[in-house]
Amino acid sequence: MDTITEISDDEYILKCTSACAGCGDSLTLRYVLKAAGPDIVLVMPAGCTAAFQGIYPKTAYSVPVVNIAFGAAAACASGISRMFLATGRTTKVIVYAGDGGTLDIGLQALSGAFERRTDFLYICYDNEAYGNTGMQRSSATPLGAKTTTTPAGKAEPKKDIDAIIAAHNPPYQATACASYPQDLFRKVRKALTFHGPTFIHVLSPCPPGWRYSSEKTVEVGRLAVKSGMWALWERENGNLAISAPTKAAMKKPVPLEDYLLLQGRFRGIDEITVGSLKEQIQENFNRLEREEAKP
Amino acid sequence: MYEIRIHSRGGQGGVTAARLLAMAALHDGNYATACPFYGAERRGAPVVSFVRIDDRPIRIYSQIRSPDMIIVLDASVMQTVDVLNGLKTGGRILINSARKQEFSAYVTNTVDLTGIALRENLVVSGSPILNTPVIGALAKTGIVSADAAKSAIRGMFADERNIRAAEAAYAEVSV
Amino acid sequence: MKKIVTGNKAVAEAVRIAQPDVVAAYPITPQTEIVETLADYVSNGQLASQYIAVESEHSAMAACIGASISGGRTFTATSSQGLLYMHEMTNWAAGARLPIVMANVNRSLAPGWNLWAEHTDSMQERDTGWLQVYVSTVQEAYDTILVAFRIAEHHDVLLPVMVNLDGFTLSHIMQPVDTIEPGDFIPPIHLPETIDPKNPRGYGTIAGPADYFRFRWEIERSMRNAVNVIEETQSEFAKRFGRTYGLTEEYRCSDADVVVVSLGTLGKEAEVAVDILRDEGIKAGSLRLRWFRPFPELDLAGKEVVVIDRDYSFGFGGVLAHSIRSKNLVKVYSVIAGLGGQEVTYDDIAGFIRNRRIGEESWFGVNDHV
Repeated sequence: MDTITEISDDEYILKCTSACAGCGDSLTLRYVLKAAGPDIVLVMPAGCTAAFQGIYPKTAYSVPVVNIAFGAAAACASGISRMFLATGRTTKVIVYAGDGGTLDIGLQALSGAFERRTDFLYICYDNEAYGNTGMQRSSATPLGAKTTTTPAGKAEPKKDIDAIIAAHNPPYQATACASYPQDLFRKVRKALTFHGPTFIHVLSPCPPGWRYSSEKTVEVGRLAVKSGMWALWERENGNLAISAPTKAAMKKPVPLEDYLLLQGRFRGIDEITVGSLKEQIQENFNRLEREEAKP
Repeated sequence: MYEIRIHSRGGQGGVTAARLLAMAALHDGNYATACPFYGAERRGAPVVSFVRIDDRPIRIYSQIRSPDMIIVLDASVMQTVDVLNGLKTGGRILINSARKQEFSAYVTNTVDLTGIALRENLVVSGSPILNTPVIGALAKTGIVSADAAKSAIRGMFADERNIRAAEAAYAEVSV
Repeated sequence: MKKIVTGNKAVAEAVRIAQPDVVAAYPITPQTEIVETLADYVSNGQLASQYIAVESEHSAMAACIGASISGGRTFTATSSQGLLYMHEMTNWAAGARLPIVMANVNRSLAPGWNLWAEHTDSMQERDTGWLQVYVSTVQEAYDTILVAFRIAEHHDVLLPVMVNLDGFTLSHIMQPVDTIEPGDFIPPIHLPETIDPKNPRGYGTIAGPADYFRFRWEIERSMRNAVNVIEETQSEFAKRFGRTYGLTEEYRCSDADVVVVSLGTLGKEAEVAVDILRDEGIKAGSLRLRWFRPFPELDLAGKEVVVIDRDYSFGFGGVLAHSIRSKNLVKVYSVIAGLGGQEVTYDDIAGFIRNRRIGEESWFGVNDHV
């Protein structure tokens, strides 16, 4: 098990971003950058992270950042990656995109870049809605969650982007969570040892969007994992390894209600929907266990 | 300016014939343009290509309305296509046929391109190649020189069967 | 070396000589021969480019943007629907000051599905900050692609360049082309900003109301610089390779009483009409606009002006006609002709000139003033 002493002290996000207090995304980015180090270029589509980078002529990120249109991140990264290949540059190309830019408008470019075996790492920070524009639903919004465009709670289950990515057979993909920084750090490091495409899907709790008090971000993220609502795992060359926090959750899950009740976006969620969510959690656990057990 | 319309079926190489003819004209020191007309391009459907030859740059892009010559690579298109449409009075027809053809009011040249191609074993995927021998027949009509015809063919195809077929067509075309 | 190739093939040949670092493209009729030929060149080693077979035109431009920001020379090609799909990113390319070169094979917009020549597709890009040029022969397509790279990459410009050629009419016609050995005509690309982790910068970051407009002015300033850069580059091309191109191509205009203005292959067909009219005693001339952005200064003093638009801006008028009206403060006879590949012959063009009604607009085939 990796210990916290392995994480570098270097900070790549300068003070005074305009991120919300308790922003899970900025927590995610902080550890991604620590893991990836300075020799990278971030490709950043429209989204929260682009919004709080600061205003010309300043930037809060001390790595090169290529801002790009909302749906174009993976395609832009393809161009950079192939140009680096042509010129023998070893600088890593990392897309850092939200769930909107990944599961919805950016899905086509993402699939194309993966199908072409583009050498890059794609990180999706998932705050389960279109955060930057005011928390409208995305396909990553969970069943039953309220957003500004699903005021009665989303009627459809969360789109399984990890399965879509798995269908492209990348050499490495993983899930992570802002509340487990060591695990995230290790996975980013691991991903970067592969010739891409690689993918990490990071749950990034969002205080204004999920409607909980700002200081509870880490707790909310932990409850997501402990309840099984979010599973931590990695798949390396087709071999699945369930991460320790999820193994613990499988043995002794925390009641889903503990997670849901902490967030205003689930207020008023009905029994049937909760039941559905619990079933999905169990199915997901079963599927993960079956896959991990395969020889 | 000399205007030629080539009638064939999709897949028979009518467009390549147009290109070869234009190349030959270029070798003769002339200017030429060649263009397929795009309708429904399906293998086997009638296809039309245009070639213009002149001793100065050609500035016309619109379709040939009154050709000086028409070339019929596949006589069966005449069942559905009016190949003579617009042909100038006294204009020339070069037609691929085993039987000598006559069209009154026009100069008719007949050549058995298919027979020549089969004889020279100039066959690809079961189809006889017509577009190189037809250039040989055209050289006989004088719109391109024999040397230019050969240069154009060699510029595109390494296989000398193409030259032999063209030479046979040159020799055998009825004038 | 002289050969007979299609307009598309000539474009691909010229691109090969320019040696882009990255080509990212998506096929669409009638452009496909360009991308297929380039793929072939890369595959057989004739072109040492990274070829990215992107999954859409929007991604094609996004990939070109990424490669260009990384310091590479880039190329793409499209038409019609593809160009429209790319539109968000064509704006981005110009705004990001990237010298991307694109061949656009002009094709009409759906619905209905019509594959043939029309300029509305590129006209809808006229506000983006891209330079635009329209070519009329296979030789010109070849030559113009070459100068496009040099113009785009000039440090006084640093804007993308769109080379337009009429779909099917020019893309698919075979004409003679004289190919060149470029020598050092296109110098290696050297962009002022590079991605440098030791000096990390944010590209395309947030710009507030006090700053954004300055970036837009910089684009326009470079557009204005481009006029000189275009003329110098074309002049250098003429010196080295013997073929002269201007911002426009004028045929028998100097003593003309009436001038017909057009873009693309219609400009060549118009010359034949001019010769016919001259034989009738009508002193006509043809003014073929080549560079549409930046829009050139035209000298139309003392002449009646007939403008053929192979495009339309609904609820307003032909884009070329109105550009001339407003820039030259002159009334014109605006003819809308050639949409969707509508056949327009030299006889038709002669008719437009003979039957001109200055100040009016006429749609060929709809309300012909014959």
